[in-house]
Amino acid sequence: MSVTTFLFYVFSALLLFSAFRVVTARNPVHAVLFLVLAFFQASMIWMLLKAEFLSIALVLVYVGAVMVLFLFVVMMLDINVENLRHGFWKHFPLAALLGVVIALEMAAVLMGGFRAVDVPVVADAAPQLPNTQELGKVLFTQYVYPLEVAAAILLVAMIAAIALTLRARKDSKYVDPGEQVRVRSRDRMRVVKMAATQAAVEPVSQPAGEPKA
Amino acid sequence: MTLTLGHFLSLGAMLFALSVVGIFLNRKNLIILLMAIELMLLAVNTNFVAFSYYLHDMQGQIFVFFILTVAAAESAIGLAILVLLFRNRSSINVDDLNSLKG
Repeated sequence: MSVTTFLFYVFSALLLFSAFRVVTARNPVHAVLFLVLAFFQASMIWMLLKAEFLSIALVLVYVGAVMVLFLFVVMMLDINVENLRHGFWKHFPLAALLGVVIALEMAAVLMGGFRAVDVPVVADAAPQLPNTQELGKVLFTQYVYPLEVAAAILLVAMIAAIALTLRARKDSKYVDPGEQVRVRSRDRMRVVKMAATQAAVEPVSQPAGEPKA
Repeated sequence: MTLTLGHFLSLGAMLFALSVVGIFLNRKNLIILLMAIELMLLAVNTNFVAFSYYLHDMQGQIFVFFILTVAAAESAIGLAILVLLFRNRSSINVDDLNSLKG
C-alpha cells in the first residue's frame, strides 16, 4: 500500500465521519465545525488528485468565507434545537436503510465499472504546466464568457443578500438621497415680493368702560 | 494496491448518500438542510475532479470552479433568506412555513 493510498483512506474515513456528524450533531455550531472538517478533508483529497488550485480555493472560499457565514448565522439565531429534533430518531432506521442502499448500489456499479481505469500515464512528452496555469489558460480563453457570467452572478448575490437583510433604522434622521437629487432650485427657495416699508397698523382703541365679553 | 477512479467515485457516492440521509433526518431544521446541500455539492465536485484527473481533461476542473461560484452565491442568498425568515417568524422550523397552504 503506497503512501497515497494510505492517505486516501485516512482522508476518506475522516470525511465520511465528519459528514455523518454534520447531519446528526445536536448542536448546530458543532455541525458547522464538522462541516469545516469535512471540507478540509475533501480539499486534501482533491490535492491527491493533483487539483491544487481548486483544493486551495475550497479552503479559502468555503472554509474561509461560506462556513464563517454559516457560523455567523447559526450563532446569531436563537434556535430551539429540541423542538427541531422532534421525531429525529423515529425516522433514523428508515433513513439509514435508504442511505446504505443508495451508497452500496452506487459503489457496486462504480467499483465494477471504473476499476479498470488505472493511474493515468502522461502521453505526450510536452512539459507539464502547473495546475493553476493550465486552469487559467483554459479559463481565460475558452471560458472567458462564462467567467464573466459567474462574476455577474456573484455581484447579484451580494446585492441580493444585502438588500434582503437590510433594515433601515426608524430612529435615525437622514435625508433621502433620491429626494435630494430630484430637487429643483425653485423648490428650495421661494422669493416673496413685499414692499420694503409698510404702514404701521393703527391700533384699534377699545371704548373705555365697556365690559369685556 | 493503487487507487482507481472507482475509489474516488465510491467516496463521492457515499458522501452523497450520507447527505441524502441528513436531509431525511433533519427535515425541520433549515440550517442543517442547507449544510446537507453543501455536502451534496462537495460529493459531486469530488466526482468531477476525479474524472478530470483520470481522463486528463481540464474541463472537469473548470466545471468545479463554476459550481463553487454558484454554490457560494446560493448559500449567501439562502442564509440571507434564513435570517429574514427568523426575523419575521422567530423560528426556522420548516413546518412553520405554511402561509401558502390553503
